[in-house]
Amino acid sequence: MKTVQLLSQLFIPAFILGVIFYGAVRKVRVYDSFVTGAKEGVRVVVKIFPYLLAIFVAIKSFQASGAFDFAKEAVRVMLGAFDIPLEAISMALIKPLSGSASLGLFTDIVKTTGPDSLASRLSAVIMGSAETTFYVLAVYLGAVGIKKTRYLVPVCLVSDAVGISLAILIVKLLS
Amino acid sequence: MNAIWVFLIGISIVFAAINGRFEDFTKSIFDAARSAVEVSLFLLGIVALWMGIAKIIEDSGLIHKLSAVFRPLVSRLFKNIPEDHPSITSITLNFLANLFGLGNAATPLGIQAMQDLQSLNKDPEKITSEMMLFIVINTASIQLIPFTVIGILADFGSKNPSWVVFPTFLATILSAAFAVGALWICRKALK
Repeated sequence: MKTVQLLSQLFIPAFILGVIFYGAVRKVRVYDSFVTGAKEGVRVVVKIFPYLLAIFVAIKSFQASGAFDFAKEAVRVMLGAFDIPLEAISMALIKPLSGSASLGLFTDIVKTTGPDSLASRLSAVIMGSAETTFYVLAVYLGAVGIKKTRYLVPVCLVSDAVGISLAILIVKLLS
Repeated sequence: MNAIWVFLIGISIVFAAINGRFEDFTKSIFDAARSAVEVSLFLLGIVALWMGIAKIIEDSGLIHKLSAVFRPLVSRLFKNIPEDHPSITSITLNFLANLFGLGNAATPLGIQAMQDLQSLNKDPEKITSEMMLFIVINTASIQLIPFTVIGILADFGSKNPSWVVFPTFLATILSAAFAVGALWICRKALK
């Protein structure tokens, strides 16, 4: 694990140094290239902003109106027979919606239930294995201005549900 | 996305009315606007930084060398990408950044990959199969070691914080496999 951590830390500096060095050796005006590329980057982020705003408004109002609490309660009742801690259900529902909220919730679960509890382990695996799907969709689709997404969104949502269920199942089997 | 957006906002308004939470609802919308600005400012920095580096890679011709190295990895999954196309490099680098848990680096690389894939798209408003595959693998979030999660568990005194490594890896691999399979079935069924 130390090796992987070291590789992760070295990856970016080594890559950036390598690129600049290679460019300089090839007599590219690296500074001018960098600035030209960065300008393009600014344009892309400006293009993404409205998509991000739209998705954040939907998610935040969903949470603030009490609709999210209702969904959580509904899932808890439906899964009553499986003996899954409520904390893990909250985690499973919040992770696809918001990265910062899920990190906050995870820290809170670890603090209140202890770092080696079933709730903490379930939340940890959900935290590590699920992605903030709505954010990824808004940013990646917004970056290229795709409007017709065909069957992508349903596939992503079903895969999220399956992935999180698998995470819960795996932790329960291994615990 | 349109249907989901209308659904989320509609449900929220209904629940705000039932629970008498219109004040919270209004506040949340302004919160959302602020969050969108904060996240975009963060993105502005890292995306501009990466696009700058990427331009050097392009101008120096390094892109062709990288694509040649990465091609065998990507071509198995992405069959319709021509040889020596820049998307091979951006897709591979995005996957590597995800694998090593470098979330900050993965996002700009992913944006770049989407733009590279868009250059192969005949109808710029309609998503291609390659883009869907790329997004689906990204949302499965495959990573070797979830450092953030382990860090938090360790901070709170876990006896064995690295216990989560194996189940997390297994869950991400299986969910990625499921998602890729689901895409494949949809493509065959909805031709």
